[in-house]
Amino acid sequence: MLEWIIVLPLLGFLINGVFGSIIPKPIAGWLGTAFVFGSFVVTCFLFSDLLSALPAKGAVYLKVFTFLNVGNFHVDIAFQFDRLSAIMALIITGIGTLIHAYSISYMSDDDSLYKFFSFLNLFIFSMLVLVLGSNFVMMFFGWEGVGLCSYLLIGFWFKNVSFGKAARKAFVMNRIGDLGLLMGLFLIYQNFGSFEYTEVFAKFGRLEVGTGICTAIALLLFIGAMGKSAQIPLYTWLPDAMAGPTPVSALIHAATMVTAGIYLVVRCEAIYALAPFAREVILWIGLATSLMAALIGLKQNDIKKVLAYSTVSQLGFMFIALGCGAYTAALFHVITHAFFKALLFLGAGSVIHGMHHEQDIRQMGGLRKKMPITYATFLIGTLAITGFPMLSGFFSKDEIFTAILAQNTGVFVLGLLSASITVFYTFRMFFVTFHGNYRNQHHSYEKIAESPLLMTLPLLILAVLSLIGGAVNFPNYMGEGISKGLYHLLSFDGGGSFSPILILPEQSFEISHVKEWILFALTPLFLFIFLVARKKYVVKAAVPEADADQVGFGKTLANKFYVDEAYNRSFVEPIELVSDTLTEYVDEKAFKSSFDGIGRINQYVASLLSRFQNGNIEYYLVYMVIGLCLLLAFNLF
Amino acid sequence: MEVIIIPFIACLCVAILGKRTNTWLSALFSSLPLFFVYQYFEHLDSSGRWIALFDHAWISDNIRFTLAFDGLTGLMLILTNILVPIIVLAGIRNDENQCKLTALTLFMQAALNGVFMAQDGLMFYIFWELALIPIYFITLTMSGKFAFKITLRFFLYTFVGSLAMLASLIYLFLHTADYSFDFESLRAVELNPTQSIGVGAGILLAFLVKIPILPFHSWQADTYTEAPASGSMLLGGIMLKMGLYGILRWYFPLAPESIAFFQPWMIGLSVAGVLYGAIIALRQKDMKRLVAFSSLSHVALIAAGLFTLSAEGIEGGLLQMFVHGVNIIGLFLVIEIIEKSTGTRVLGELGGLAKNNRIFMVFFMLVALGTIAVPFTNGFPGEFLLLKSLYGYNPNLALLAGLTIIFSAVYILRMVQFSMFGEGKKAISPLSWNEILAFAILAFGIVGIGFMPQIIIDMVHKSVLIIATWISEANGILT
Amino acid sequence: MSSLSIFNQLEISHYIYLSTVLFCIGLFGVLFRRNAIIILMCIELMLNAVNLLFVAFSSYMGDADGQIFVFFIMVVAAAEAAVGLAILVLVYRNTRKTDVSFLDNLKG
Repeated sequence: MLEWIIVLPLLGFLINGVFGSIIPKPIAGWLGTAFVFGSFVVTCFLFSDLLSALPAKGAVYLKVFTFLNVGNFHVDIAFQFDRLSAIMALIITGIGTLIHAYSISYMSDDDSLYKFFSFLNLFIFSMLVLVLGSNFVMMFFGWEGVGLCSYLLIGFWFKNVSFGKAARKAFVMNRIGDLGLLMGLFLIYQNFGSFEYTEVFAKFGRLEVGTGICTAIALLLFIGAMGKSAQIPLYTWLPDAMAGPTPVSALIHAATMVTAGIYLVVRCEAIYALAPFAREVILWIGLATSLMAALIGLKQNDIKKVLAYSTVSQLGFMFIALGCGAYTAALFHVITHAFFKALLFLGAGSVIHGMHHEQDIRQMGGLRKKMPITYATFLIGTLAITGFPMLSGFFSKDEIFTAILAQNTGVFVLGLLSASITVFYTFRMFFVTFHGNYRNQHHSYEKIAESPLLMTLPLLILAVLSLIGGAVNFPNYMGEGISKGLYHLLSFDGGGSFSPILILPEQSFEISHVKEWILFALTPLFLFIFLVARKKYVVKAAVPEADADQVGFGKTLANKFYVDEAYNRSFVEPIELVSDTLTEYVDEKAFKSSFDGIGRINQYVASLLSRFQNGNIEYYLVYMVIGLCLLLAFNLF
Repeated sequence: MEVIIIPFIACLCVAILGKRTNTWLSALFSSLPLFFVYQYFEHLDSSGRWIALFDHAWISDNIRFTLAFDGLTGLMLILTNILVPIIVLAGIRNDENQCKLTALTLFMQAALNGVFMAQDGLMFYIFWELALIPIYFITLTMSGKFAFKITLRFFLYTFVGSLAMLASLIYLFLHTADYSFDFESLRAVELNPTQSIGVGAGILLAFLVKIPILPFHSWQADTYTEAPASGSMLLGGIMLKMGLYGILRWYFPLAPESIAFFQPWMIGLSVAGVLYGAIIALRQKDMKRLVAFSSLSHVALIAAGLFTLSAEGIEGGLLQMFVHGVNIIGLFLVIEIIEKSTGTRVLGELGGLAKNNRIFMVFFMLVALGTIAVPFTNGFPGEFLLLKSLYGYNPNLALLAGLTIIFSAVYILRMVQFSMFGEGKKAISPLSWNEILAFAILAFGIVGIGFMPQIIIDMVHKSVLIIATWISEANGILT
Repeated sequence: MSSLSIFNQLEISHYIYLSTVLFCIGLFGVLFRRNAIIILMCIELMLNAVNLLFVAFSSYMGDADGQIFVFFIMVVAAAEAAVGLAILVLVYRNTRKTDVSFLDNLKG
């Protein structure tokens, strides 16, 4: 049954890819959606099987065929359905279905709708291969596959040159990470002689904490995660990736693909448990990314860019959690983030759809009256991301903060700062978009209308999920009364009835009462920031200034800390210079000329020798006589 | 024997009939050897030895006309006899020189099949040089005022290399017990390390020039760029595999004592070549030149893999040889169609070609993805194995060579972007059926090998094992 | 036989000296004279020097082979003179010169 999860999206890709041009548009869309939904249903069945199996069922394996078998090197196309991959697969197919359905309406004007859906299905397929693969190579397949789909979908509107550029940038940045991942894979194979998760992790159990090899593997794998999950220094592709159609941003660049890095680290928890230094690195990089992206988010005016930076920032949070060793918290945040970020992106898509492809929030305003459903759902998403009590984001962030607080107060303060900024810029975007006065001169306010049901329905479903999504992992203090079945769905419960997500028992984060009070004080703090934002953007109805009016630090933020420019200076331009130099001087001058030089030397020697051939018989005769004399002389002596 | 005679007869027919020949018929004829290759596979036994299928005294009783077959030869024959029909099919847009090019291509096919099957050293050399004759005339039909100069450079380069190989072969011949050029006799010659290095250098030079490996590459870019499409395809798709095949089949067994000496140099040069080709390809404007340098980079990786002497390296290298043949012919085919439709292949002058021709777009994308080794396309398994083998040899070199996965993404996607995407007035003219057929075969190769690379590995595994045993026997090392 | 007696008194070395001198005169003539006719004549001289040597050795050894060779050489010399003079005449007709140093069309 496991194979159907994978095969269905692939079928969807093939059918739409091959016959798409002769299938009527809406049918192509529904077809694509149906295949993903089918995959979702199968996943649900398997997941309930997995949960209900007693005694604990570790995982379902499925070996399809041998991919490579060279010498003692062996790779299978094989899948593994355990709780971790099941949860990822549920997110991918579940949210995938909603976004597919949403796209049918959102993309209905596009001529190559079938192409869009076939790419989306291919993405779902690749992502499922990534999370369901039973070995590192399968993961790498998926890893590169989703990168490819991301490339294809960012550059979907290929006539626009800058979109194509963004797509290439995403692919290349990801490839840099992939190289790190690949090297990590080789290192794993060299030391453990296998790529299969179970075999590798079993061998890791015998190593000491802090072994160099663990640290090296952990860091190399993390380089891969940096690329895919947009962490410093490889994050710059994600904001540019917003060039793609909005459902793509929601699916790939918010809910699923970018969380692959977190999946990787959680999957390799056995490695990271032995590499405290690597976790330290993850912690600080996550923190830096989270802060930096949040700061940049303060000054972005493209609604999708704001969301993109907020995604980067939230991914940073997840890595902070991973750095603290709070794998469950990170995974929890992946889930809730998938709900509310998909919701926000689809909401933004709905706004953009209503505004006829206007994305600048300064050109919006007052939309709440025209788009009530979008407004309400967007509000829920905003509240969820900012950690409003009892919404999904609250619980996951709370777990992350608990983990940080238990370990490092300094990190907590900085993380808190980042979370506070998140509250501010998210509400800034929300207020400027939906409140205040309508400011666009090109489209009349009257023409703006709520999006069709096919778009609002996914919004509503996601809004419900964002509201109650925290239920999948209620914290301890909520008591056991809420729901025994859902409680600790994610967490490791040693010896319990569920198969564990993690191989090693996760450390528990006990914090003192004072620190617990600090956590409780967060809500009023966020509320205060919310009020500040409300005062500025609702009461005073401030509008973010035009690009030209930016000054000082604000200008630096609006220009994203000039990171793209710095990368251009320090990497792109030098390499281009090297390339030109090699072409012009080394290849043309040094190599070609030096080898042509051998020919020229020959020609020169020939021209010297040809002087003897002056055509004059007398000289020839002299040469002949000299030659004869030499011959005679040789014979004599 | 059939695989040499059939293309040769076909070549004569085309040459005699001239314009009256039909491209489809020529392609059909050139694909006939494939059927015989299929039959040859039945002769293989479980040992994986190189079995003589045809054996006849030739110059003397000891210099024989011997054609042999094993998995390795089989792979090369399949590659040649699949790709040549595609090259013939693809040549149809080449109006005035069409039948001339077809005849020469078929001649080339006969010679190449001979190279891959020859078991006698002298015969190998003769077929090796025979293959040079048609390609010389094919490249000479290029346009441009430098035609003669470029062709001459190419010819001299390869010819000097071949002479060095001949010298080494004769040296070995003189040291054989029975004055024989037979592979086994040549292999049985015991050489001391100095002799072995000398002989090895001679043999290697011919192959390094043909591949080409870094310092011997300066004939390549110009020749690939200026030659007519079928010439570029033959050169890049099949001819350079002669060099890689030669290393594996002739260099390793004949001078195994010298491998330890050359190994660090070869791997070093190859890795340098990987980066060198990739970095230069980043900024090329002429699509064919870009592909030429990308090929330099990709092939160097194969050579590096072969010289790691590991099972992953050699078998991954063989897999990648096949794959590279498919991909580069695909790329040259795409470029040829673009050039014939729009009159240019300079990236800055193109754009927006994706608009009107869906099949072309899909195929171009597929070839591009295969070239940048995306999983489930053919490029991935080979590149993965090669990098892994290199990692086993030296992790730092693997990292350096691994940069190619970044660079290749940059230059190939740049090529796709500037030719296919964006706005542009030019358009691809409608594809003919033979082009679509060529696309279909190549696309099948790209996806099929992407999913099932093990088929090729299994084909060559036993032969590689035998060669590996020889190497380790001579060097006292286990691979 | 008396008429031959003077020859019998001469040592073989005298013949060798004479023919060497004749040959050298011919050789230097060929090498350093520019007039084609003189060159041809000098070639004849060299050939005849060789002839002399052949005859002398033939008599000395009491073997007729050498004298037979002389006839061959004389035939060749005659042919050579005929062909050479014919070429010369043609050269003269075309260039109005018999100076060989002007004939350098074979210059490399």
